[in-house]
Amino acid sequence: MQISMTINGTDVTREIEPRVLLVHFIRDDLRLTGTHWGCDTTNCGTCVVLMDGQPVKSCTVLAAMADGHTITTVEGLANGATLDPVQQGFMEEHGLQCGFCTPGMMLTARALLDHNPHPEPLEIREAISGQICRCTGYATIVRSIQWAAEHPAGAAAQTTEKEVHA
Amino acid sequence: MQIPAPFDYVRASSVDNALALLDRHGAESRVVAGGHSLLPMMKLRLARPDWLIDINDLFELDYLLVDGPVMRIGAMTRHTTLLESDDVRRLFPIICDAERVIADPIVRNRGTIGGSLCQADPAEDLSTVCHVLEAVAVVRGPAGERMLSMAEFHRGPYETAVAQNELLIEVRVPIRAGSGSAYEKVERRVGDWAVAAAGASVTLAGDGTISQVAVGLTAVGLDHNVTEVEAILVGQAPAETLFIEAGRLASLACDPLADQRGPIDYKRHLADELTRRVLRVSCSRAAASVSDITI
Repeated sequence: MQISMTINGTDVTREIEPRVLLVHFIRDDLRLTGTHWGCDTTNCGTCVVLMDGQPVKSCTVLAAMADGHTITTVEGLANGATLDPVQQGFMEEHGLQCGFCTPGMMLTARALLDHNPHPEPLEIREAISGQICRCTGYATIVRSIQWAAEHPAGAAAQTTEKEVHA
Repeated sequence: MQIPAPFDYVRASSVDNALALLDRHGAESRVVAGGHSLLPMMKLRLARPDWLIDINDLFELDYLLVDGPVMRIGAMTRHTTLLESDDVRRLFPIICDAERVIADPIVRNRGTIGGSLCQADPAEDLSTVCHVLEAVAVVRGPAGERMLSMAEFHRGPYETAVAQNELLIEVRVPIRAGSGSAYEKVERRVGDWAVAAAGASVTLAGDGTISQVAVGLTAVGLDHNVTEVEAILVGQAPAETLFIEAGRLASLACDPLADQRGPIDYKRHLADELTRRVLRVSCSRAAASVSDITI
């Protein structure tokens, strides 16, 4: 079957088998490997992408179900060389160690801040409660998201002082 | 890598279209809503439909309406919508209690009340909630609509009265003045299925005595409410001694299995303790709702 969607602002159309999962479509068909494929059982959340602005676990969504929708992956967070405040926050507050959970964490953070620009730490923890960091760096992830909330202009305000190498 | 067996996919454009597609593709077709129960089962090859009928475009089934003495909940209402609704929180706090502990926030963005009820997983929370609230399921098929009580709708684990060519379209929950409700679950970690859970709904009469009560249990082998508690609670003023006795009756009424989530005696203990807690909270919420009316 043929599907079309807008992914990171670009319209794509592909011929797929109906059983292809969104995570594999993104990684294998579109070669956007920033979205990670983890537990395959809806538990770990590293495959989170935004579908029409809402976080979804792309291992439990068919690519066919995303037909006609708008998808944002971690590759779509930055605006050119300007990092999203969430990405900047993960740099400033050491929000990652191995980096495997990071794409999902950052997309959930982006959706949270779009919905609730000033979340309490408990609300941040609730928002990422469906995602697993096996480096157990949750405290720094929460601080990274808080940093992003406190710096809504994010990297844009800071790059003049500190060059960001994307 | 878990990949579903091959199937054909079609997107329904309306309820009538979904019913026509179910009719056309027959026994090996399945409806998918949020997909967070069916797709994992398909990935494990426990479900192998030949046709998948996607009803995510049926926005006509995504609504919450207070309609006189009932709240009408469209079958495609997402868990997140239920959790964030002020009307739901005010009228049926048990739904918010349960929604807060169903899976995780990201899964709740996709999962629907209709999908949860039709999946009828024995550890599924909303089935218990709907039993306790004495909800009515509205099922539509080629011959029209029928209204089913939860006892009629829910036939047992993974089995409902919805026929192959029918669709659950709405859940109707009666609104009772002076009532309160609550749900509490014990789970091993966020997003896991319940080790055990309990839900209760209580209505208080003008004199403060209990005029109506229902208690339900999740994941402990009971497909219906704990009817034994009604006899000891109705007509009585809420009291801790009664909650203790109700908890004891609930732990006797259930029939849990030992599994990796715990042994039988632990699950019976949870049925007892959680029944006491949800009755306590339901009564205090009902009392608060009575005083709201008086003011």
